[in-house]
Amino acid sequence: MVELDILLPALLNGIMTGAVYALVALGLTLIYGVLHIINFAHGSLLMLALYGVYFLYTLLGIDPYLAFPIAVPAFFALGYGLQRSVIGYCGRGKDENILLVTLGLSLVIENLALYFWSADTRTISTSYSFATVDLGVAVIAVPRLVAFAGALVVAGFLWLLIHRTDLGKAIRALAKERQGAQLVGINVEHVFAMSFGIGIASLGAAACLLLPSYYANPGIGRSFVLIAFTIVVLGGMGSFAGALVGGLIIGVTESLGGLFLGESLGQLGIFLIFIAILLFRPTGLFGARPLSRP
Amino acid sequence: MRSAFAIALVLAVLLPLPWLVHSDFWTNLVIMALYYGFLGQAWNLLGGYGGQFSFGHAAFFGTGAYASAVLQVSLGLNPWLCLALAAAAGALTGALIGALSFRYGLRGSYFALVTLAFAEVFRILADSLGFTGAGVGILIPLKESAANFQFASKAGFYLVILALNALGLACAWWIENSRFGARLLALRENEDAARALGVDVFRTKLAAITLSGALTALGGSFYAQYFLYIDPAIAYGPGVSVEALLVPIVGGLGTLFGPLLGAAALQLLNQLASAAMGEAPGLNLVLYGAVLVLMIMFMPQGLFGLARLSSRRLAGRAG
Repeated sequence: MVELDILLPALLNGIMTGAVYALVALGLTLIYGVLHIINFAHGSLLMLALYGVYFLYTLLGIDPYLAFPIAVPAFFALGYGLQRSVIGYCGRGKDENILLVTLGLSLVIENLALYFWSADTRTISTSYSFATVDLGVAVIAVPRLVAFAGALVVAGFLWLLIHRTDLGKAIRALAKERQGAQLVGINVEHVFAMSFGIGIASLGAAACLLLPSYYANPGIGRSFVLIAFTIVVLGGMGSFAGALVGGLIIGVTESLGGLFLGESLGQLGIFLIFIAILLFRPTGLFGARPLSRP
Repeated sequence: MRSAFAIALVLAVLLPLPWLVHSDFWTNLVIMALYYGFLGQAWNLLGGYGGQFSFGHAAFFGTGAYASAVLQVSLGLNPWLCLALAAAAGALTGALIGALSFRYGLRGSYFALVTLAFAEVFRILADSLGFTGAGVGILIPLKESAANFQFASKAGFYLVILALNALGLACAWWIENSRFGARLLALRENEDAARALGVDVFRTKLAAITLSGALTALGGSFYAQYFLYIDPAIAYGPGVSVEALLVPIVGGLGTLFGPLLGAAALQLLNQLASAAMGEAPGLNLVLYGAVLVLMIMFMPQGLFGLARLSSRRLAGRAG
């Protein structure tokens, strides 16, 4: 039996990581819920955001936490533009096509990053990088605690945006009934692109929160993308609460799996959960909608 | 029957190639094009004709590569026997993944994602288990002889990959001309309608993924013999999965010669790019990604579809 003073920190660490995973997954689930497309480039866009925040820090000296007002609008614009040009252009034909196009995008982004910035792993060291706080049961690095809190705040903000604004109402209308939304005068293409933009903007936020305790390298998106999919599927496609809970579950699974099985086998649990959920409960924990579109 | 003649003609033209070019560089290039064409054809059987897009064909490729490497290095089996066993292992993997995914009705993007997850599971297992050599990979000892599937000249490998292509083309031809193929095409066009007409959708898909898995594993076995080294990232990494689907998409989904055409086009593009910009890590994948996006956006029928379209247009103008 593993001692409690090893288990509890691992659990806590898992929850911290899980919140950041959830933040990445929130964007994905929003995009899926509204546009019914699976954005395979989500991970590589996160990678791009991490590099963006990294260069803001190293070249301009902007602290990652203060880079929010730059990274979020920039990535919103990027997402809006992508949807309006490449992704929207492919229409809502066969959904595999969107998957293939976003796969192509991720290949381009990832390997351009490899070409220009090399495969080196980059980290930043800030004054608070190694600060820790003692929570009684475990000692947690301050940046991880900030990331955890930040993820919850951003999630709350997204919830308000979707449930308390006119734009959110339009987004929800579109998610439910596209033709009806169009009939009452909602600009479908615009709202689609707004949703995609918001989903990508949350990656900008995630990057700001992640970088102080994490790193950037060209392949990092790949490790995130399947985890994010797993969370989205686990929580139920399109469900916000599901993404949050799913993120925490996956974070804890990874952390405990790593503790008991070692680093590389620990990841196995995530993929097995992914496969099992897809096979046996494709609506996820919180999703009520069937997977295949009516 | 015309397409059978076309296959025979293409193979007959390709057969003497290595004795005509006298260059290891060009022979290697053609071998690689044929190798990608074969992988693409294996993917095409399921993805092109059956409409089931897999993002994880590395699961079959890696299983074939590891089956043949492990069996000959650890058990000392003859590599030719390993080639056959690799196909069996690939078929088994295909049947297993297919049975699970299709039994539970995964379609479209969900099928694509679940195959990707399977490939990742295999990659992690190969990375962690002892008998696969873990992260170090497996080096197949050099022992040059035709009986040992290690040829002194590239022409030997050329003949093998050409024979594999003949097999792949034969399978595609069979799909285009059999009742099984008709059922497969029917479920690609409209699964519910096909089921209503009495097509056993589950079994048809299962047969297609089993066949596709077996052929892909043959490609993996060929890779292991040609390069004599594999590791988890090569065998089960996303590179193979992407190449396998890109080739038929570029050439033309669900067409007989689409994968070969796509592989040739991509090889050409690769050579041109590295000639223009030099060797750089990741550059070919940037190209692949861009080609994939552009093909889906502007030419979803692939090169073959384009050729067919323009010939029809020409014929229309003449008539």
